[in-house]
Amino acid sequence: MRGFLKFIKKETLHILRDSRTMLIALLMPVVQILLFGFAISTELNNVNVAVVVPKWDEQIRQSVNKLSSNPYITYKGAIAEHEIDQNLRSGKVDAIVVFAHDFDRLMTQWKQSGNGKAAMQFIMDASNTNTAQAGAGYLNNILAGELMQSNSLVETHMLFNPQMKSAFNFVPGIMGMIFILICAMLTSVAIVREKETGTMDVLLVSPVRPLTIILAKMTPYFILSCINLTTILLLARFVLGIPMSGNLSSIIVVSLVYLLLSLSLGLLISTIAKQQIVALLISAAVMIMPIVMLSGMMFPVENMPAVLKPVSAIVPARWYIDAMRKLLIQGASFGLILKDFLILVGMTLALLAIALKNFKDKLE
Amino acid sequence: MDTSTLAIEVKGISKSYGTVKALDKVSLDVRRGEIFGLIGPDGAGKTTLFKILVTLLNADEGTATVDGLDIVKDYRTIRSRVGYMPGKFSLYPDLTIEENMEFFATLFGVTVEQNYDLVAPIYKQIEPFKKRRAGRLSGGMKQKLALSCALIHKPSVLFLDEPTTGVDAVSRSEFWDMLHNLREQGLSILASTPYMDEASRCDRIALCNTGRVLDIDSPQHMVEKFDGRIYGIKSHNMYDLLKELRDNRCISSCYTAGEYHHLLAGAGFDLGDLKQRLIAKGHSDVEIKSIVPNIEDIFIKLLSNEQY
Repeated sequence: MRGFLKFIKKETLHILRDSRTMLIALLMPVVQILLFGFAISTELNNVNVAVVVPKWDEQIRQSVNKLSSNPYITYKGAIAEHEIDQNLRSGKVDAIVVFAHDFDRLMTQWKQSGNGKAAMQFIMDASNTNTAQAGAGYLNNILAGELMQSNSLVETHMLFNPQMKSAFNFVPGIMGMIFILICAMLTSVAIVREKETGTMDVLLVSPVRPLTIILAKMTPYFILSCINLTTILLLARFVLGIPMSGNLSSIIVVSLVYLLLSLSLGLLISTIAKQQIVALLISAAVMIMPIVMLSGMMFPVENMPAVLKPVSAIVPARWYIDAMRKLLIQGASFGLILKDFLILVGMTLALLAIALKNFKDKLE
Repeated sequence: MDTSTLAIEVKGISKSYGTVKALDKVSLDVRRGEIFGLIGPDGAGKTTLFKILVTLLNADEGTATVDGLDIVKDYRTIRSRVGYMPGKFSLYPDLTIEENMEFFATLFGVTVEQNYDLVAPIYKQIEPFKKRRAGRLSGGMKQKLALSCALIHKPSVLFLDEPTTGVDAVSRSEFWDMLHNLREQGLSILASTPYMDEASRCDRIALCNTGRVLDIDSPQHMVEKFDGRIYGIKSHNMYDLLKELRDNRCISSCYTAGEYHHLLAGAGFDLGDLKQRLIAKGHSDVEIKSIVPNIEDIFIKLLSNEQY
């Protein structure tokens, strides 16, 4: 046991003295969470809107007030009808609301009978279709929401993420990626480094069992990942405002299993690769790409072509991300993520078994 | 010979990498308490034999024992009894001297203090720098640290794979002094080297080339039993002289060896005749002297024997 602790101390020294790698390992989650949480978001936070008003009256004034007081809208004032084209072209505004000249009468009619002629027109800059659609949606809600809700055929509720914040979507995805990166990539590189420098030869020619060597190597990275898990959860809760409505212990248990899975994957890679660069390439090409593309982190699994769906099923991150979405955002109970959890446990055991079978205490 | 007096016993070990035969039926014995030198150029198979004996590689055929233990069956026990210093510097460059030492001691379940006496003569020389990282040490200091780390668990057999490669002449000589010191303490040492001049520092040597052992004996005995005639020769034009001698059919081989060329006499060789002939060819200051062969001469003779 004393030997094992000494071993861990040595591995920790390696990590601490390689300050660049350690900084990356500790800062990467923070940067990514903040980047995806704020900078790279698919939601529209600010729509510049101008209005065209043929004749001001109380109804229109109320509507314009609603617009200008909305946090997602920047009200750019009223413009004349002939200025519409020029305003949109120059990019001064993203959307223009044109009120009908008998807006007051039309609105009253709508309120009374629930139908009638169009009372206003939205002219959108659709050079970016996503923002145009989202902007039109905002305007619809703000200006006609009250009418539509009272009288609509369909009533939509955005459960769990009513404001459609993209951070809600990304945080589980980033967690799925970070842990694989740190546990699998860094540990495999750390083990392969010993092969490359020849120190593995010296380690093998000693009474220490290879398994001890490997466990000792994994421990500091496991601890590092636990620190990252804490950072990510704290940032997600208090900076990005993610509800974390699920049971915290379920979140932690599933995450720890995923950490073990990633460590086993790293071990497996280290048994295959002979050079650090190969370990890195395997990690990057064989792991990062599928995680980003096939795990549902960026693109929904449901939208994938039929051939890719089974491939995505073997990407461990898919199940972890799915479980985290359910736990963090939906507040699901453990029973609802049981399938994800069992698949992750099964994958961990399988990877560990293959890795240990592959691991040789001799060269070649 | 009784196995208990043998530190290492190698019987007909062969090993191939693909089509390349790295070791071809190698057999040798290392007695307890002796320094045995494995001497040969790059590609002789020295490192492969080391890796097989320290149980890192499996041999294709043949058997071997280390410290009386079978290298296949008892490889775990062997691993705890031998000290291994690979040819490449294999310590942690980001750890200090002290940390490397402590780590390797822990690896074998001992402490640095426990076996301090054994490593002290070597370790004391680098101890003043113990807070320095191993990666920032000079070649000679790295080598002393590596030896200290290989010794810290008091191994019964020490394997040193090219320990003096890349180290200056003074440090090399010091290093062999240290090995003699260790032998006094009862260690058996198998060391390899590409430097023929280090052969004389060994108790017995095996000359090897391309995976085969050419001869095994003590360096002195090898010189004594040398059956050829060998001469040192020089003239004012060494380059033409070498070409001249190589064309001479009465000379089995001729090669540069510092100030003189060494030539190995073949059938029908006559000293006076040669001198006459060289002077006739326009060589001046011709000097020919009979010399005592060194290990390199013996090695080259053995190689030329092999070719016929």
